[in-house]
Amino acid sequence: MRRKEKFIEALLALCAGISVFTTVGILYVLVSESYGFFATVPLSEFLTDDQWTPLFADQHFGIMPLVAGTLLTTVIAIALALPVGLTIAIYLNEYAHPKLRKSVKPALEVLAAIPTVVYGYFALTVVTPFLQQIFPELAGFSALSAGLVMGVMIIPIISSLSEDALFAVPKSLREASYGMGATPFQTSFKVLVPAASSGIIVSVILAISRAVGETMIVAIAAGQQPNLTANPFVPIETITTYIVQVSTGDVERGSLEYKTIFAAGITLFIFTFILNNISFWIKKKFLQKYE
Amino acid sequence: MLSISFFACSDKKGGPPSISIDGSSTVFPVSEAVAEEFMAVNPNVRVTVGESGTGGGFSKFSNGKIDINDASRPIKSKEDSACKANNIAYESFMVAYDGMAIVVHPSNTWCNDITVEELKRLWEPSARDSIMTWNQIRSDWPVEQIRLFGPGTQSGTFDYFTEAIVGTAKECRTDYTASEDDNVLVQGVAADKNAFGYFGLAYYNNNKDKIKAVAVINPKSATPVLPSIETVKNKSYSPLSRPLFIYVTDLALERQEVRDFIQFYIDNCAKLSESVGYVSLSVEELSIEEAKLAKFLEAHPVKTAQ
Amino acid sequence: MSEVNWNRIKDRSFKYFGIGCTVFGLSVLVVFLLSIIIQGVARIDWDFITSMPSRFAEKAGILPALIGTLWILVLTAAISIPIGVASGVYLEEYGKKNRFAKFLEINIANLAGVPSIIYGLLGLEIFGRIMAMGGSILAGSCTLALLILPVVIVSTREAIKAVPDTLRQASYGLGASKWQTLSRQVIPASAGGIVTGIILAISRAIGETAPLIVVGALVFVPFVPSGPMDQFTVLPIQIFNWVSRPEKEFGVNAAAAIIILLLVTFVMNGIALYLRNRWQKKIKW
Repeated sequence: MRRKEKFIEALLALCAGISVFTTVGILYVLVSESYGFFATVPLSEFLTDDQWTPLFADQHFGIMPLVAGTLLTTVIAIALALPVGLTIAIYLNEYAHPKLRKSVKPALEVLAAIPTVVYGYFALTVVTPFLQQIFPELAGFSALSAGLVMGVMIIPIISSLSEDALFAVPKSLREASYGMGATPFQTSFKVLVPAASSGIIVSVILAISRAVGETMIVAIAAGQQPNLTANPFVPIETITTYIVQVSTGDVERGSLEYKTIFAAGITLFIFTFILNNISFWIKKKFLQKYE
Repeated sequence: MLSISFFACSDKKGGPPSISIDGSSTVFPVSEAVAEEFMAVNPNVRVTVGESGTGGGFSKFSNGKIDINDASRPIKSKEDSACKANNIAYESFMVAYDGMAIVVHPSNTWCNDITVEELKRLWEPSARDSIMTWNQIRSDWPVEQIRLFGPGTQSGTFDYFTEAIVGTAKECRTDYTASEDDNVLVQGVAADKNAFGYFGLAYYNNNKDKIKAVAVINPKSATPVLPSIETVKNKSYSPLSRPLFIYVTDLALERQEVRDFIQFYIDNCAKLSESVGYVSLSVEELSIEEAKLAKFLEAHPVKTAQ
Repeated sequence: MSEVNWNRIKDRSFKYFGIGCTVFGLSVLVVFLLSIIIQGVARIDWDFITSMPSRFAEKAGILPALIGTLWILVLTAAISIPIGVASGVYLEEYGKKNRFAKFLEINIANLAGVPSIIYGLLGLEIFGRIMAMGGSILAGSCTLALLILPVVIVSTREAIKAVPDTLRQASYGLGASKWQTLSRQVIPASAGGIVTGIILAISRAIGETAPLIVVGALVFVPFVPSGPMDQFTVLPIQIFNWVSRPEKEFGVNAAAAIIILLLVTFVMNGIALYLRNRWQKKIKW
């Protein structure tokens, strides 16, 4: 009987260990191929060259244009999602009728369930022509269009998680604030948001992480031109869309061009890894425990 | 886990007859049309068509990974050596003619014709970051930013264009929106007032309502010529006309389904290439290709399936 | 103006701003869905669902993509459910004290935040190249299974956590072993939550595009896959392909395919929500 129990426990532990296999696998794949890449292209060139043209005759391997593209679309997305998402969270939490909160929250969560390729289609066929009427100089593929649609997609991440964080603040704090004659606005911004700040910050970092890793919306609507620029009206390429571009073209395995997708991949992985760990650390350190 | 490794070991040879085609996105519409019509009369054969670009296709072809490569330029000596090194013998057949259309947005009223020399100044490597506005090409054009669209480096169209315009294949500025997928380029030009791009004639013919063609001034006759089936056929659209090919491995031609497919291709390429917007071979040229195929098939009988 | 009045004005205007933002969020959703439905619903008929893709937009259909999506769905579920549930059970029931479990926990939390395209690179090298599965359905399913594994594990853990300890104690009190308690009491009691989590995870998997493109799903697949080693395409990739074609008719096809994909996604999410409600009501010990 005991042997059977031990055996089952070992079997279950083995299954759990598959997650380790995944991490090891990811690290192995990224590091081994990037190693070959960095043996040919020095790290200094990778970080400082301002062009990314591995598929052309005159090859440049500077990652900054791709990083710039990723940052630009992410910044635009957060610029939309943070104010809107946080406002919705505060509104639903303090101002809205509880019944409204119950129906609006899941409705907004639908936004997060829609496949990203569908968002990309929306960005290309509806948002870009609409924006071109406001900004006639907007290119057909642009960071602005993709960034805004990405922002819409991540609104629920910020709104739902922040709302949960606000909800968790104990009633006593709220009532004390109202007891002193504060308006909901003052209560929200001077008492509740600071109290829930760790949860709110975590939700924002999660949203940033999602935006950085997003592929299809940008692949469809932002073009495929690596561009070291801060101009949202022109086509750009992000780290993720470069990987997809090369994968659809299927460059020869083992070539330097093939290795570039892993060099790009490891850059992306490092970014999101750092972001996720910051979020983890914040959650642990600043989680205020109420009795 | 055991079942997964069992699947991974399973034999692929027992599957239905299949033909793998890859290569040029310019030739893609022709091969796609032929594949569709062929499968309509041979429903048990599977034909898949990829669009990795002429160069990308040749590297798979020289490794024996695909049966047929669509090519919008002849095979290069480097690629031929790679085939020889891997013992891949092959045959090539001309299947159609193509023009490369220079296109702009329909509301572009100023750019109606262009010389080869102007194209060179716009696309050569030194143009990067220096030739950015229309008026730098022709002084009476607007002072607005040109947005360039063109095929990527895996594309035979790219090789042919750079060789014909800049002088050496693959010499090109690097700051433009590059894509192996000509549809992406059409989309890009159609959505941008200041766009300027080039790609295969068929993609222009199929999207005339979205984009406008620019007449190329024929260097010999000094007259502007718009790209069309007629002007490519009568060779007045120059220098951006060229033949399209398919390359087949001899190994593939040992299979009955591939022989049938290639026969079908050559028999029908005139009709189908025109139906997708390309220029068909002349009757004499077609009979040369038919004879080439017949001679090969006779000399190399079918190998029975293993 | 008095301080109190100024505060009231700020409060009132923020309230309207809040309403505005909420309305904005909801109306984008509505505009979005409506525009797709209007564009695509007329195209949906039995022919569309059962035809192969074609260069003629009117003839093009989603059959290979739909079957491909179903294949991926079944295989990904078959791979991820046993491993995910087992891992969740282990972490929640067995691994409370040791360092191995803590390490696994951190590991899984990290994996949940890795972008899906990185899983695509993993699948390309390990499943596609090293294990020689090529660009097959199996390679795609294994890749997606790894992608959604953290989600399945976390939902299993949450569901098991919700089972009150009294149930376990009662079972031990009757002399049952740990595994007997788990298999006959705890897991059945948490089944509702586990199933909900699985459905949500699978629903995410069928909307994935980028990792499958990287692993090697094709774009022009004019046949229905007949086995796990076959090449394939899925609905999101077919949509991506049609979106890239400039002819307006393909835009209609894309919209129609999107409607089908959204229907599948929403139905699955709806089932999950319904199950979650029913299960939460049931836990009234």
